[in-house]
Amino acid sequence: MKMPEPDGRIIANRRAIVERLRAIVPGEGVIVDEEELRAYECDGLTAYRQPPLVVVLPSTTDQVSRVLTACREMGVKVVPRGAGTGLSGGALPLADGVLLGMGKFNRVLEVDYDNRCAVVQPGVTNLGISNAVAERGFYYAPDPSSQIACTIGGNVAENSGGVHCLKYGLTTNNLLGIEMVLMDGTVVRLGGKHLDAGGYDLMGVVTGSEGLLGVVTEVTVRILRKPATARAVLIGFPSNESAGDCVAAIIAAGIIPGGMEMMDKPAIHAAEAFVHAGYPLDVEALLIVELDGPAAEVDHLIERVSDIARTRGSLTLRVSTTEEERLSFWAGRKAAFPAVGRISPDYLCMDGTIPRKALPLVLSRMQDLAEKHRLRVANVFHAGDGNLHPLILYDANKPGELQAAEDFGADILRLCVEVGGVLTGEHGVGVEKRDLMGHQFTEVDLKQQQRLKCAFDPDGLLNPGKVFPELHRCAELGRLHVSGGKLPFPDIPRF
Amino acid sequence: MAISTLRPDTPAQLADAVRWALSNEEPLEVRGRGSRRGLGRPVQAAHVLDLAGLSGVVAYEPEELILTVRGGTPLAEVLPLLADRNQHLAFEPPDLGPLLGLPAGGGTVGGLLACGLAGPRRIAAGSARDHLLGVEGVSGRGELYRSGAKVVKNVTGYDLPKLMAGSMGTLTAMTELTVKVLPAPEDTRTLLLAGLDEQAGVQALTRALQSPHDVSGAAHLPEAVAEGSAVAAVAGLRAAVTAVRLEGFGPSVAARAAALTAELGADRVLEREESLALWREIRDVRCFAESAEHHVWKLSVPPAAGPAVAEDIMVRLGDGRFYMDWGGGLIWLSVPPSADPAAIRAAVTLTGGHATLVRAPDAVRAAVDVFQPQPAPLAALAARVKESFDPKRVLNPGRIYAGV
Repeated sequence: MKMPEPDGRIIANRRAIVERLRAIVPGEGVIVDEEELRAYECDGLTAYRQPPLVVVLPSTTDQVSRVLTACREMGVKVVPRGAGTGLSGGALPLADGVLLGMGKFNRVLEVDYDNRCAVVQPGVTNLGISNAVAERGFYYAPDPSSQIACTIGGNVAENSGGVHCLKYGLTTNNLLGIEMVLMDGTVVRLGGKHLDAGGYDLMGVVTGSEGLLGVVTEVTVRILRKPATARAVLIGFPSNESAGDCVAAIIAAGIIPGGMEMMDKPAIHAAEAFVHAGYPLDVEALLIVELDGPAAEVDHLIERVSDIARTRGSLTLRVSTTEEERLSFWAGRKAAFPAVGRISPDYLCMDGTIPRKALPLVLSRMQDLAEKHRLRVANVFHAGDGNLHPLILYDANKPGELQAAEDFGADILRLCVEVGGVLTGEHGVGVEKRDLMGHQFTEVDLKQQQRLKCAFDPDGLLNPGKVFPELHRCAELGRLHVSGGKLPFPDIPRF
Repeated sequence: MAISTLRPDTPAQLADAVRWALSNEEPLEVRGRGSRRGLGRPVQAAHVLDLAGLSGVVAYEPEELILTVRGGTPLAEVLPLLADRNQHLAFEPPDLGPLLGLPAGGGTVGGLLACGLAGPRRIAAGSARDHLLGVEGVSGRGELYRSGAKVVKNVTGYDLPKLMAGSMGTLTAMTELTVKVLPAPEDTRTLLLAGLDEQAGVQALTRALQSPHDVSGAAHLPEAVAEGSAVAAVAGLRAAVTAVRLEGFGPSVAARAAALTAELGADRVLEREESLALWREIRDVRCFAESAEHHVWKLSVPPAAGPAVAEDIMVRLGDGRFYMDWGGGLIWLSVPPSADPAAIRAAVTLTGGHATLVRAPDAVRAAVDVFQPQPAPLAALAARVKESFDPKRVLNPGRIYAGV
């Protein structure tokens, strides 16, 4: 993984940079101590580490604006960071860059039930929003598995999903407004408590931009009334194909479950050994289908889903009758990552999306790849939307295994693209998948995306080295190569 | 009037056409079937880039919830295809043809998404932008590029399809679109509450939307609007009508209708057919189609502020009709041509939100702001975004903002 070459002049100028930042954020808001900087050296992608030049922890929008203005004037790069739970290295610091931590923005500013929204600072945790509105029976729908720790600002940057996003959408579908600071210090507000921003949907493109376009300082999210009930069905299948068929048949029947998760045999066994959820061990694939909503609807759909499963050759089928039983169905799935962590010293979690119909092919090719790389893989899968999470098992202490695991992971993601899917469904590109972008996009595609960045950050100072495999100067990207003045297509119909 | 029309049959020809425009610095009016030409500011261009030749369904995979079509594909071709498999575009695209003095049923998929229009179900299912997954098109640089993807869940690279939705053809001429399609509801019913004023009506809608009953439509029609409804049960109430829609599986709709009736009280419950007819009228703004000389505005405001905004505007203008959708958050307003746009903008500015002039003669839409003017830093950012796709402003220049 090659990061942009650190600029020796910036590093040499560290003392002056720190002084300037201290004038904006006094006291403990600027961190320079080597030991303390280590706390920021990586995010959830721990394979890559780099202490930043300095950490700054502003607590007001005005401070963020002045920090960015100062950094731009000094030509210093900035890496924004929420809780640091991201899995693709989007918050990996730069040796010559300021790490801008948003942790002090941790207040819920307003809950507005009449307009069904909450206005929060970006450092509020995802679960913190749901907790703040729980008293009236509301919640914030996107629920990434890190929801205890991850912040809404990071969710906006990554466009985070969760197990319920087929029905309730990703972050982008649940935002009403943001306040954001551009790299030149300009503060802009997009959207609000009303629906749809006027003009270009800049909020739509900032969401999921991985901290490359601006620093979010306030977020207005849509809150929903909690579904009246939720029940789950746990279904075992003799093959991945039959489980995949069942998922397709459920959707073809017009049913969009609140959650629909699939696990393959290695994942089932790892989870069962860890939490004893009562999963059947003699099946090849396991589906958890959760129906939520009004009780009458849930009861009706449980029947329909069960009927569909039986016609698709299910071997085992259990319907939750109590809340405890429903949670026990989920316990294994939710513990899948640590469960795999128990049977292997290390693992890499991948995150591609495929058209669901390609699932049997992808799983069988994945086994071939596992043999090629001499590593094991377990699969958990957001079955409804085709988002795969292969967990590659390896031992970092064995020479060459990390490299083999990364190569295996890259092969899997290339396979996802080959069958018509994408490199990442919810974890983001970051540094992890940056160098694979050329497999999904052409150079023309990538340059157009980078031109958009130029509209927000013409000097390329905000989070460089992430998402795009190659950095281009905006002047170069903006150049037009116009040739000829004649219509070069005699065959195009003209009227 | 246009000097010439370019009608490419392939994306490569379309790219050639844009490169020609670029080298001659000749702006193009990007057009599908022309059914939404009346929206936005009129484009001053001598040449039309007609996308009707890029038509047809590329892939429809109901089980993947994916539909891929060429940009110029008529909606009239796509909607029945989806209906055959009990699916639909969940954002409930309005058919504004009759409102704009055109036949119903016109328009292309590309034009619909480019205008970013959504109907009453916006509050539950999201807008056009929430359903646009992938776009292939030609930028104002004359380059054919792709963004997004053909799967329902994707965060790879910037989400440019979001930016395309609502950009009115000013950034990219879309050659191919991939949209998310969803199961159409099996059944629907609508609760009607009669005789509430605007405040009380929106309070009832708020209670319904705060309930766990999955409300998918929430509108308040003042008596002057309700009495013109073609749905006899609505007009027959001879009063303002507050309408709450429930959709979904049969047993679920029945149970929720019963529960909500107990909570709110209901003067009537419309069964499926009447319910569908009422929400089509609300979606398509049919009540303002007749008085064709009146200007029609669309206001998006915080829902609870809807009644106050509407009242404020009525007091300022002294004339006009309106109704509210989206639980109070969407105000459709019909005003005499003499009405001062500044009064409407002022009312919206107080609460936050935006107002769009949806129907007015070309000369009016060329002279006044059609979309909500933006604060200077945001307007500058929007102009830079335009430049990043279309530096010579050859694609629909001025359609959203003058000079952009």
